[in-house]
Amino acid sequence: MKKTVNQKAWFLVLPVLLLVGFSAVIPLMTVVNYSVQDTFGNNVFFEVGLEWFEEVLHSERLHDALGRQLLFTGIIMAIEIPLGIYIALHMPKGGIWSSICLVLISLPLLIPWNVVGTIWQIFGRTDIGLLGYTLAAMGVDYNYTQDTFAAWVTLVVMDVWHWTSLVVLLCYAGLQSIPSAYYQAAKIDQASKWNVFRYIQLPKMMGVLLIASLLRFMDSFMIYTEPMVVTGGGPGNATTFLSIDLVKMAIGQFDLGPAAAFSLIYFLVILLMSWAFFTIMTNIDNKEA
Amino acid sequence: MAKITLSNLAHSYMSNPRSEKDYALRRVDHEWVDGEAYALLGPSGCGKSTLLNIISGILTPSEGRILFDEEDVTFAETADRNIAQVFQFPVVYDTMTVRQNLEFPLKNRGADSKYIQQRVASIARSIKVEDILDNKAQGLTADAKQKISLGRGMVREDVNAILFDEPLTVIDPHMKWELRTQLKALHKELKHTMIFVTHDQTEALTFADKVVVMNAGSVVQIGTPEELFDKPAHTFVGYFIGSPGMNVFDAEVAGNIATLQGHKMQLSSMYKKLSGKVELGIRPEFITLCEEDQGIKIDIVRVEDVAHHKIVRAIYNEKNINIIVPEDVKITPNMTHMCFNMDRVNVYLNDWLVEGEKTS
Repeated sequence: MKKTVNQKAWFLVLPVLLLVGFSAVIPLMTVVNYSVQDTFGNNVFFEVGLEWFEEVLHSERLHDALGRQLLFTGIIMAIEIPLGIYIALHMPKGGIWSSICLVLISLPLLIPWNVVGTIWQIFGRTDIGLLGYTLAAMGVDYNYTQDTFAAWVTLVVMDVWHWTSLVVLLCYAGLQSIPSAYYQAAKIDQASKWNVFRYIQLPKMMGVLLIASLLRFMDSFMIYTEPMVVTGGGPGNATTFLSIDLVKMAIGQFDLGPAAAFSLIYFLVILLMSWAFFTIMTNIDNKEA
Repeated sequence: MAKITLSNLAHSYMSNPRSEKDYALRRVDHEWVDGEAYALLGPSGCGKSTLLNIISGILTPSEGRILFDEEDVTFAETADRNIAQVFQFPVVYDTMTVRQNLEFPLKNRGADSKYIQQRVASIARSIKVEDILDNKAQGLTADAKQKISLGRGMVREDVNAILFDEPLTVIDPHMKWELRTQLKALHKELKHTMIFVTHDQTEALTFADKVVVMNAGSVVQIGTPEELFDKPAHTFVGYFIGSPGMNVFDAEVAGNIATLQGHKMQLSSMYKKLSGKVELGIRPEFITLCEEDQGIKIDIVRVEDVAHHKIVRAIYNEKNINIIVPEDVKITPNMTHMCFNMDRVNVYLNDWLVEGEKTS
């Protein structure tokens, strides 16, 4: 068949270009613009070069927030990935119970971020929250608004509750796709349960685990709403993660220049880390192939 | 290695089977000799996979027992049956090397490492994978993977039987032949009891010592390839085996005379009076085209030349028939009749073979 060439067809892409332009490119360029300028008010701006970037990169505030962010992401991934695999392995493989389990497990994923935050914020209160009240009644000194450790535990448990389901669902899908012949072969070879996991289930789940890890990494690295609602970044700065710090700087203090530089660096960090993550994981995958 | 006894075995996937029709496998009562190669052959849905699953322990039969040698294994777990199985598509442990794959069953059974090394080396030689022993299993071709899953079964010396569930399905045509030949050679060398499920008659006939032909849940005939060809016990076997299958003609038989639409012909055996549906079965190889004064008139539809012989498609009495003509025989326009090789005519009563008494 002869292909007709019609360069006018490019105009059909125009609406998308406009949308993306106004919703992403222009705002991003505005941020870039802010990051290289300063102002003393009256809407008068002047160029400062890369000064903001230098300041932000050397600021202890950013370093601390980044450290907390890495710790948080590290902890929740260390819990959610293995826990998700474990739950997926022990879910019913078929019948009505598997459907019931799937529905129950997906419920947390359907709840909006700020609602999740509100639920836990109330749940953990020692006066009216079930969790906080119970813990206090048991004599545990639990107060997430004043105690750093309690605040961290609350946020970690909340994230695990909210997002482990995602890992479970992905792993469950991966497990379901393993043909029964593999299990039959393992039985014939008298493979132990651990060996079945190590040599059949885990290798077959590698693909979905890669996606699950990547999603959890990106999402948790950008987490804002839930900690904002529960702890507001406190006590002190104990749970001020990168995004919370950024919003404080940009909208709280109205330091547009440093905030713009900060957000660009933040963006690059996520991009770099996701890329590194993906490359490493796919390399492992390829080496096995 | 073991003798396999199927004692009054039957299986239904329903909990309350009422009639014969509810059974996926109908009463099988056989003894399979130790060290022989069997092929389970039949169309899809004939019960061959059900039978295989009962032998491997995936299914517990609804009735009857299954014995390995004298040991009743009807309710034994797959892991305890000491069998090996090669599946329809390759099942290997992808992240392991070929060597680790072969070692795996022995390691799990806690075998001595020296013994493992020696067994793996010997099996690798048998299945010809010595040069890829340290490659990862994942990157191998389908036929190499199938060889490895076979090797994983054979590495255990005491394995009772090796089951093959249509193992050549995913193999390229040119490798099929080679793999089949290797299988046959391995069987000769190691004398394992082998059971090979297939719907492909060529595979079954080239691989097996004995072919078990199944249809609609029943075992129709167990025999050597020659027996299936010469004396099909049931018209189904006649149709199913051979390419094209056996021709079947409605007839009347009395003594040693068969009557076909008024044509009388002399059979090589004497038969008692047969009442019921009487048919003559004759393979296309044993019908010849002949001229007017000798045989029975047929309508030839077309002649297909398939290199080493010709297949004549014809119609007789509103039924399709096939005749195989050797390539050196020339078909002339006045060959409009068919003649039978009377020694090769089988008589069927209600679809089952009737043996007559030889006339001298």
